[in-house]
Amino acid sequence: MGTITIDGQAIPFQDGQTLIEAATEAGVYIPHLCHNPEFKPHGSCKLCSVKVNGRVCSACTFPAAEGQEVLNDTDELNEARRMITEMLFVEGNHFCAYCEKSGDCQLQAVGYFLKMTGPRFSYFYPRREVDASHRDILLDRDRCIFCELCVRASRDVDGKNLFAIAGRGIRNHLIVNSASGELEDSGMAVTDKAAHVCPVGAILIKRQAYKVPIGSRTYDERSISEVSLSAEAPVVAAKHD
Amino acid sequence: MNESLEIARNPERLRRVAIDPVSRVEGHGKVTLLLDEHNHIRQVRLHIVEFRGFERFIQGRPYWELPVLVQRLCGICPVSHHLAAGKAIDQLVGVDRLTPSAEKLRRLLHLGQLLQSHALHFFHLASPDLLFGFDSEAGKRNIVGVLEKYPEIGLKGVKMRKYGQEVIRAITGKRVHGSGAIPGGMNKALTKEERDGLLIDLEDVLRWAEEAVALIRQVYLANPDYHHHFAFIRSSFLGLIQDDGALEFYHGGLRAKDEFGRPLFDHIDYREYGDYLHEEVKSWSYMKFPFIVSLGRENGWYRVGPLARINNCDFIATPLAEAARQDFMAQGDGGPVHSTLAFHWARMIEALHCAEGIKELLHDPDILGRDLVVQGEKTTEGIGVIEAPRGTLFHHYRINEEDIVTEANLIVSTTSNNQAMNESIRQVAMRYLDGRELTEGLLNRIEVAIRAYDPCLSCATHALGKMPLWLDLVDADGIVLDHLTRNSDGETAH
Ligand code: SF4
Ligand code: FES
Repeated sequence: MGTITIDGQAIPFQDGQTLIEAATEAGVYIPHLCHNPEFKPHGSCKLCSVKVNGRVCSACTFPAAEGQEVLNDTDELNEARRMITEMLFVEGNHFCAYCEKSGDCQLQAVGYFLKMTGPRFSYFYPRREVDASHRDILLDRDRCIFCELCVRASRDVDGKNLFAIAGRGIRNHLIVNSASGELEDSGMAVTDKAAHVCPVGAILIKRQAYKVPIGSRTYDERSISEVSLSAEAPVVAAKHD
Repeated sequence: MNESLEIARNPERLRRVAIDPVSRVEGHGKVTLLLDEHNHIRQVRLHIVEFRGFERFIQGRPYWELPVLVQRLCGICPVSHHLAAGKAIDQLVGVDRLTPSAEKLRRLLHLGQLLQSHALHFFHLASPDLLFGFDSEAGKRNIVGVLEKYPEIGLKGVKMRKYGQEVIRAITGKRVHGSGAIPGGMNKALTKEERDGLLIDLEDVLRWAEEAVALIRQVYLANPDYHHHFAFIRSSFLGLIQDDGALEFYHGGLRAKDEFGRPLFDHIDYREYGDYLHEEVKSWSYMKFPFIVSLGRENGWYRVGPLARINNCDFIATPLAEAARQDFMAQGDGGPVHSTLAFHWARMIEALHCAEGIKELLHDPDILGRDLVVQGEKTTEGIGVIEAPRGTLFHHYRINEEDIVTEANLIVSTTSNNQAMNESIRQVAMRYLDGRELTEGLLNRIEVAIRAYDPCLSCATHALGKMPLWLDLVDADGIVLDHLTRNSDGETAH
């Protein structure tokens, strides 16, 4: 137990908690994409960057310690996050205009939260494959942001270890651990945790597109800060209860 | 016909004039004229560079994305593409009859779209030519000019369009590019509040639509000979039709009539369209030229859109529009009305029918129903056909067992009218431009003829109802002899 401050506000923490866990429990939103409190931290997207006693750290991996002075909601940090988000948009093929995840997508919602208007970088248009071989699950690699949530879910929860990230830079892509390299013979089931953790529209349950009308989607009425805190605070609390 | 003007002999010895409107996503259109040393017209062609890449782009995507994905084809009638694709994917999931509520919601959505598109075209794009005259001062010949000189007419146009957009928003969640049609139905019921909200302005919209019919009638008949003969061509007509012969926009069989109004085929299941229509490729245009097989490549071209639909139907099921139709058909002396400018009149009759149809649907208890989706057995081929504002629209898809689109063929309305637009501008060129010094007013006549069809390339004219033009008079050696430009504010300069 101890106390830190985030943007001057006193925040209690439990021993062993990361900064983002302490913040979440206290109702303070720190933007994030690769972090999901149900899984081990990964620390790859850097969207959760905060300043701890003047040093930039990833809030999803950095342990909270007594007396830390943390800066979170500052112009400088939000500008850096906006730039990271824009980079994620140009590194993949994200066409929100017809993406079925639009309105439910965390990348899009974070973009709105950070008041991103459009990427200032040019698009990479990487060539990536769609894998539609599975009866009930679609893998659209165009939209993958390499958060490895599916990798962690499959390995740590489903006990199947079906996914990995391969390649580097622009050739980065998600691979499937099966004889053919396709989802069809991977043994993945629609009930697997890994089928339901993708923050973007890369792993989708087939034939569900657009069933939820505009106006009723996750982020139509509520911002990602609100949605994320209400979903994640109970998960964090349950860990030490 | 002016077919001799399609391919000039010795084109290398002729001067070339290009009317080159700058365009956005839907395609880029331009007109080229070849003239000899005495300014005699020797060749006239309308080129529309379609964004054909779209069909390839669709391939590889899962079928359920289609209705939303194809909306990006067009900024003006996205709902038509949405519904045509929606009908095609109903077939892909093995559904051939929707619930009454789902079908009525789609019909209501479609009427909203037709109403807003027709209002936009008539008031923003066409009325400046019709109210001010084809030769009037170019700088005033736009919607801003109309709003200044005829504020009441202009404002009614703006409001009718807005009403159509409100219908669209109530059903799809957004004025443009929303979502609604899903495999086997619709994703959202209309609430009572939304329905009541739409009822508020409905009587006004109906009245404005009636006034719009009266207005175009009056303008047309003020100079009947001129309007009748302007860009006049005779053609066959194609469109969907109700089982009982009534005007139909959403679902029906295919009907084609020849230039005398005699049936060529009738009540054809549109899934067999490939047996009745073929598409020809010509070396000089990126756009295909569809034709009616029984009439052959040369004579099989036809017109689609408001004029075709009003000519083709036996009656209209709503009273005000039906009365307007009967009055209109008197122009045809017992046969079809062929005048190209009659498109505008027919378009407003349809707008009136839309307003009446919206009223009927809003008072139908099914419209608030919540039973919206049916399921069926998956198939691998789907064909959706609809009457879009500009005419018959075909969406044809094949998918594989992984749910991925492997083949797509779209025939958009503007493609069907391709040959007819070429014929119309050849007629205009011969009648008004031949042997004369080209002026902005004369060239505008070519656009007036094109605009009557409301082709998608007029999207470029959105803001001010004015195609930016860039003309070069080039001699046989490629030397630029004269240069005429018109910017989007309508100002011309040599
Ligand atoms: S598929 Fe989704 S969950 Fe998996 S790494 Fe890519 S973005 Fe993350
Ligand atoms: S959320 Fe912390 S690095 Fe991604």
